[in-house]
Amino acid sequence: MPLDTADYTYRIPGQTGDWEIVVGLEVHAQVRSKSKLFSGASTEFGAAPNSHVSLVDAAMPGMLPVINEECVAQAVRTGLGLNAKINRFSRFDRKNYFYPDLPQGYQISQFEFPIVGEGEIECERDDGSRFTVGIERLHLEQDAGKSIHDLDPNATYVDLNRSGVALMEIVSRPHLRSPGDAAAYVRTLRTIVRYLDTCGGDMEKGQMRADVNVSVCKPGAYEKFRESGDFSHLGTRCEIKNVNSLRFIQQAIEYEAQRQIDLLEDGGKVIQQTRLFDANTGVTRAMRSKEEAHDYRYFPDPDLLPLKLEEAFIETLKAGLPELPAEKRERFVSRLGLSEYDASVLAADKDRADYFEKVIEGRDAKLAANWVNNELFGRLNKEGLSITESPVGPQQLGKLVKLIEEDVISGKIAKEVFEILWDEGGDPEAIVEKKGLKQITDTGAIEKVVDDLIAQNPEQAAQVRDKPKAMGWFVGQVMKATGGKANPQAVNEILQKKLLG
Amino acid sequence: MSVTQDDVRRIARLARIAEPTDRIEQLTGELNGILDWVEQLGEVDVEGVEPMTTAVSTPLPLRPDAVTDGEITQDILKNAPRSEEGFFVVPKSVE
Amino acid sequence: MTDFSTLSLADAAAGLKKKDFTATELAEFTVREAEAAQGALNCFTLIDGERAMRMARASDERLSSGNGRALEGVPIAMKDLFAVEGVEMTASSNILKGFTPTYESTVSQNLWDAGAVFFAKTSMDEFAMGSSNETAASGAVVNPWRAKGSDERLVPGGSSGGSASALAAGISYGATGTDTGGSIRQPAAFTGLVGAKPTYGRCSRWGVVAFASSLDHPGPLTRTVRDNAILMQHMASPDPKDSTSYTGEVPDFAAAVGKSVKGLKIGIPSEYRVEGMPGEIETLWSQGREWLEAAGCEIVDISLPMTKYALPAYYIIAPAEASSNLARYDGMRYGQRVEGEDLIDTYEKSRAAGFGKEVQRRIMIGTYVLSAGYYDAYYLKALKVRRRILEDFNAAFEKVDAILTPTTPSAAFGIGSKAKASPIEMYLNDIFTVTANIAGIPAMSVPAGLDKSGLPLGLQVITRALDEETMFSVGAALEDSAGFSARPEKWWA
Ligand SMILES: [Mg+2]
Ligand SMILES: [Zn+2]
Repeated sequence: MPLDTADYTYRIPGQTGDWEIVVGLEVHAQVRSKSKLFSGASTEFGAAPNSHVSLVDAAMPGMLPVINEECVAQAVRTGLGLNAKINRFSRFDRKNYFYPDLPQGYQISQFEFPIVGEGEIECERDDGSRFTVGIERLHLEQDAGKSIHDLDPNATYVDLNRSGVALMEIVSRPHLRSPGDAAAYVRTLRTIVRYLDTCGGDMEKGQMRADVNVSVCKPGAYEKFRESGDFSHLGTRCEIKNVNSLRFIQQAIEYEAQRQIDLLEDGGKVIQQTRLFDANTGVTRAMRSKEEAHDYRYFPDPDLLPLKLEEAFIETLKAGLPELPAEKRERFVSRLGLSEYDASVLAADKDRADYFEKVIEGRDAKLAANWVNNELFGRLNKEGLSITESPVGPQQLGKLVKLIEEDVISGKIAKEVFEILWDEGGDPEAIVEKKGLKQITDTGAIEKVVDDLIAQNPEQAAQVRDKPKAMGWFVGQVMKATGGKANPQAVNEILQKKLLG
Repeated sequence: MSVTQDDVRRIARLARIAEPTDRIEQLTGELNGILDWVEQLGEVDVEGVEPMTTAVSTPLPLRPDAVTDGEITQDILKNAPRSEEGFFVVPKSVE
Repeated sequence: MTDFSTLSLADAAAGLKKKDFTATELAEFTVREAEAAQGALNCFTLIDGERAMRMARASDERLSSGNGRALEGVPIAMKDLFAVEGVEMTASSNILKGFTPTYESTVSQNLWDAGAVFFAKTSMDEFAMGSSNETAASGAVVNPWRAKGSDERLVPGGSSGGSASALAAGISYGATGTDTGGSIRQPAAFTGLVGAKPTYGRCSRWGVVAFASSLDHPGPLTRTVRDNAILMQHMASPDPKDSTSYTGEVPDFAAAVGKSVKGLKIGIPSEYRVEGMPGEIETLWSQGREWLEAAGCEIVDISLPMTKYALPAYYIIAPAEASSNLARYDGMRYGQRVEGEDLIDTYEKSRAAGFGKEVQRRIMIGTYVLSAGYYDAYYLKALKVRRRILEDFNAAFEKVDAILTPTTPSAAFGIGSKAKASPIEMYLNDIFTVTANIAGIPAMSVPAGLDKSGLPLGLQVITRALDEETMFSVGAALEDSAGFSARPEKWWA
């Protein structure tokens, strides 16, 4: 729920007053595909060095690129998921530079005509408030190989397994105004690509990396920039390369913003440059290899032809798109009656949402949401497990919810059963049966317990007439006598009838 | 437009060709000669003309997503000046 | 006893099928001649007699069981930028010295699949950059032709000069070449051969060392037009490994040879009459026009106003693409490495030592025209001019079926005779041929006569995209009328 009154402007106090920050991100997302963008070699990682490498990936003389249809489709799906314009005409260009893990001496990328143009996504902060980020473009390009520097003190080892794997570079507008929002944006992107199954989104495995552009400005400047589109209102930016976790993104921005402010307040100037973030020290530093300004000499790759997308191709992909997180959240609220908060938490992660949707098959959704969000997530968090590692599966939890819903067990007993499921596994119905945990809904049996209690405690029974709160004592006693199995609602009704007439 | 010896050094660096110290003057002259000569393209009216990047008019062919290649480490490393344990070995380059 | 040195490719294939001689005999002869000529002509980068004999024996087995394929047992020489599995491929450059591909180019595979026998790699200008074949790492290639009464060594033209020299010397029955600005047609004209390049994309570029990808055309060199049609037929194929490959069927090119040209409209572009062109070439061109008129063609004067801009546009586009295509030769994964103090030093030393002067010059030009601030003025401008050249041809082909021009503005010149000249003077060799590369359309050179010093001259036929058949029909008509039968005197062995 947008909190209209809240002030989300992130300010850094300085000697010359407050500063604000402006952040734009270039996220590299590895396309989910079996084979590489321009060769038939596998994209699977963890293989022996240089085994998932074709002659094309190693840039042998005379080798030529042929594009993978699925990578194109994945880029289009992602573009659709970003509410972006799908360009019917796009083109591949060569970005020329020398590096040992770049076998061709150029990266095939898209410079002038990207496959996806402008879009927009809605992101959510931890407090549930939302903000919109503009997407400038998404283009397809090749990943580079890997240089390993620590196997030999005097040499670098090169593995090309990664060389040529398809990446989507998703470029945001400079619409992010705080380290937290930058992280929230990347988290949202990750959720979207995981829903679409166009990227694994695992930052630890390098499936998503971000280049973070940071600048600082005085209050009011950003608004002028937004009104006019004129970048001169903003400060000089620095690009921090290849940051690979949400936490590091935030740290890098915090450090970099402070560095720039200190520099400016000391009368210095920010120089536009490429920097690296050192996760161990939390510090950014200028890249060494920049003594000569990079001149990539982009030009259309003559080994490839322009990529022209047919309407039917795009329509088919559109029709096959899964429900996206924003739509899912909407549906959870409007159709299942969940609270905004519950719906957001559940929809924010595809695995969680999938789990939840399995739990609710034929069951009460609100009750299920409660159980998934509170009991299950709480327990998983405590144990540091992800949803896919949960010892209690969605079928099991679903059955448990059903037992509560049908009054077979009470919520309290359900917690006991959940513990058993967590520790030992098993079928909830069988556990309830075997352990005799079924609720007593037989009013005759409850009445008998109540009658006995009233007979044994006439004074307390009399008190209830003046002090209805004292009835709680009787409830407790009934539960005690039935081992917690008496249906609480039935107990209440009978006590009311007997004690209050 | 005319290139200077410094331009030639810059281009050589960009192209990763060791600076041709002994030929720099001659090379500068040659490059200027060629560039002066291609300058005549300025006479051509190209107003509104689409740049021609290829002689082919058919669309870009797409291949199906299947693993059909790779697992040829021996071939990949066969001509390497230096390789070890399946890796190419190159001069140290640390960022 | 058949004189193997005068056989055409068609005759050789037919003789093998008729068992007039065996593939082994033919291969033995070819290898022997090649080895004998190499010292004087320097036209090969490698001769592989062993492989030739092995392939020839296999051909003989097929021939004797009646399973001979179209080119069964016919030796074909390969320009040294077609990858042949297990055979060193250098593109005549030091930087690729010792490089042995583990793969086979599509074109060479097509030829072996048709039964052809490999026996040698032919020399070329380094990375196909040149018009004289003087820039090969293994030294200049010598033209078998010499001017009357002279023993000056002449260039065979380039860059497919090794293929041209070998074939003109009666070695091999066909040879592959590549043509980026005229590199098949110009050496064909200088050596009295037929050289053609098909439509861009007809012959796959997969496994062929790239010079300028959007302009590179593999194609055949042969002694006759019919041979050329046959060889092109077996080089060409749709290739899913080359995204720019033409996917349509390859027509029966040989069927077009000998087909009547009556009623065809032949364009004579006034712009191909350039300053300083020898009168003999002008005369030969008129002669060609008369021959075709006599064969029933209608001659039409046409204009290709952009012609003079083709070469300058080419000298922006080709070096630009080359500067990027040649970035992979860095001494890291293959080829020659010169160890330096650090990574960058190693790159720079390896490339400075590995590439010759002309290649370095073109890499530098290409790097410059693509660099920040110059892209629009040079590269983008050249691409726009390129389209205007194509539009010229499109307009011309509204009116005519083929265009007739001289192939080159001169006959073969002396080795080293242009050493002091500016690079541009050498580039002007390709002034008539480069336009067809820019447009990607078929073009062929047919030997049409000798100049007064007895050196061959060629006429060029250019046709519409995908209409190689008309090119072969017109080429054959010229060949018939010219009756070119001169051979160089055998001085080299
Ligand atoms: Mg970036
Ligand atoms: Zn990128």
